[in-house]
Amino acid sequence: MTTSQTAPPAPTRTGSAGRGGPAPSRGPRPESTLWPWLFVAPLVAGIAVFYLWPIVQTAGYSFTETGPFGGSTFAGVDNYVALFQDPELYLSLGNTLLYTVIVLLGIPIAVGLASLLNLPGLRFAAVYRVLFFLPYVAMPTAVAMVWRVIFNGDFGILNRALAVVGIEGPYWISTPGAATVAVAVVGLWSSLGFSMIVLAAGLKSIPPELYEAAELDGATRWRQFRAITVPLLTPSIFFVLIITVIASFQVFDLLYAILGSSNPVLPRSMSLVYFFYREGFVANDKGYAAAIAMVIFLLIGLLTALQFRLQRRWVHSD
Amino acid sequence: MTPTRRTSPLRRTALAASAVVLTTALAACGSASGSPDADAAGYAAPDADLAASITYGVWDQNQVPAIEENIAAFNEVYPDIDVTVNVTPFAEYWTKLQTQASSETLPDLFWMNGPNIGLYASNGMLEPITGAVEAGDIDPANYPQALVDLYTVDGVSYGVPKDFDTIGIWVNTALVEQAGVELPEDGWTWDEFQETAADISEALADDGVYGAAGGMDGQTTYYNTIFQAGGTVVDDGASGYASPEAQAGLQFWTDLIASGGSPSIQQLTDTTADQWFTSGKLAMYWGGSWFRSALTDSDLAEDVTVLPLPSGEEQATVIHGVANVVSATSKEKQAAQALQVFLAGQEAQQQQGDSGAVIPAFEGTQSSFTASMPDADLQVFLDAVEYSRPLPVSLNSAEWNALETELLPQAFSGERPVADVATDLAEQMDAALAEE
Repeated sequence: MTTSQTAPPAPTRTGSAGRGGPAPSRGPRPESTLWPWLFVAPLVAGIAVFYLWPIVQTAGYSFTETGPFGGSTFAGVDNYVALFQDPELYLSLGNTLLYTVIVLLGIPIAVGLASLLNLPGLRFAAVYRVLFFLPYVAMPTAVAMVWRVIFNGDFGILNRALAVVGIEGPYWISTPGAATVAVAVVGLWSSLGFSMIVLAAGLKSIPPELYEAAELDGATRWRQFRAITVPLLTPSIFFVLIITVIASFQVFDLLYAILGSSNPVLPRSMSLVYFFYREGFVANDKGYAAAIAMVIFLLIGLLTALQFRLQRRWVHSD
Repeated sequence: MTPTRRTSPLRRTALAASAVVLTTALAACGSASGSPDADAAGYAAPDADLAASITYGVWDQNQVPAIEENIAAFNEVYPDIDVTVNVTPFAEYWTKLQTQASSETLPDLFWMNGPNIGLYASNGMLEPITGAVEAGDIDPANYPQALVDLYTVDGVSYGVPKDFDTIGIWVNTALVEQAGVELPEDGWTWDEFQETAADISEALADDGVYGAAGGMDGQTTYYNTIFQAGGTVVDDGASGYASPEAQAGLQFWTDLIASGGSPSIQQLTDTTADQWFTSGKLAMYWGGSWFRSALTDSDLAEDVTVLPLPSGEEQATVIHGVANVVSATSKEKQAAQALQVFLAGQEAQQQQGDSGAVIPAFEGTQSSFTASMPDADLQVFLDAVEYSRPLPVSLNSAEWNALETELLPQAFSGERPVADVATDLAEQMDAALAEE
């Protein structure tokens, strides 16, 4: 398996291009280090202007008191002091963690599904793959509109179905607790497609000889799955894990669109990014919001660094 | 391939991805400070040959045909002023406007509403209309007084309403008949309304029909009852929720839900009151005059009539309306003000009224609205102007609006006593108001 198969985003490739590319290089290595930089210059410029500079600015704003239309005064660490004493920070952090944990349950499911779709001789595999991938490419707001109807307490199809088997479903999107779970289930469902595609690519790169050898030794399908598929898939699983955690920590659109902005449960079910949005764009306290953004940024950075630390223990490398 | 090579680009992707969402959101907040310029003396109606190109920011696509008629008429007077209409959906309108204001790229003329006027006026983003009023080009007496007041901040007027809306009760007469309940001929009390709602719910329980729907939104529900009880929402920079009168206004909705006259707060969160009504599952809906456009082409239209809100200690309804305001940083201020004055005039207002999208604000141009649904007695909304109260707002209304949405449902659902919730709300709201 190679990185270029498991890591679709473009920046990865440009990152490795400057280092001479993957091992089995087909052409001569570029002699000058200037040329590659010239080619990536537009991209680097874009990232610098639209991502790096805003990060620096946001960090700057987090130490100021900034009004609704700009115009800021230096406030030292006041925002951070107030933030760490704000119970809503911990409430939204808790909700975000709950959401993340539930969405992460999708990874084992995706591993299973990807393996099933990879079974030799499966008919219409491409059709299934498209079906599973569709939620990922659908607009989050469109997805949310549909799920909002499904979750409707009185008329939703979910509670109607539950009623058939004698269960009285809750008001999913208007009960504290249930609302977070409901949104997370949708998050899990819509991230499944992306995870599966990445994992399927990983599966394709497992040499078939390994399975043939295992079969000769009399290993069952299940044994093959545990002893060959899962270990050799760990690099892909690791990638999916990183991306899923980052995406989950930034959940906003699904939550906002499924629950609706006038939902009385929303303040109790809000995520970190919703908390940021509310302080910055509803309460117009942009300095405080910048502090929240920095906390989210650092949290994600820490979590990601931690995962890279831990990966040595479980990610297979050959 | 070695592990180090694999992780390195991965790490970059991960970190880059984590930075993306966070920073793009804040990137919108530029650093520009307003330049307050309340100098009204600069106003003068331009010569007819003034050549300029201006933008006009609005949020309602439905009103664009009427606006285009307005601009065509405007161009007969000022043929060389070129007006571009920018429509931004309401959901994004205010976020976009704030970004534009921060970077001094506001449209020359744009729509403003009550909850936002304080924020923009107090930060010096708007040009006052004082000059036009002094020159006699705009006469505030032609518009509902409550709305002229709404757009006056610290004694300075920034606009006159282009339209207005009041609250009434939309009634599904077929359901009322089916329930065998009598509707009042002429006005009613709180008790009579509560009783009617509970009776309808009881009579039609098997069909899942409710009599009325309670308190999810201030403008259409609890602000009205608070005013009717003699209370206030925000008065002189302080919350009115601590007063017994305001609490009586809130209790109205708690009682309505407790009696079964309304679906629960959860039911109303999942399915909004207007959806209950348009689905034929709600007999009486407290709604704004704007709701008419949702009904005219529906199956319900023939069975709908309008009743005035019930009276508590007094009769009251919330009035609100949109105003055209000129940006303080406009480079074509004279042309923008000319359009502002024109749109406020009788000719343009009559055009607005005839298109039927809204109730125009200019006194005497409203007859087309009532004629648009002749059987529904839309006159109720016009008569209501007399006892109307402006939508309660402050310099940063959105902040305490969020507190209302969060806390009041706890009172309406019976989860906590009304007095407790109201006291809590008053405290938090006062803290928010103190920061304005």
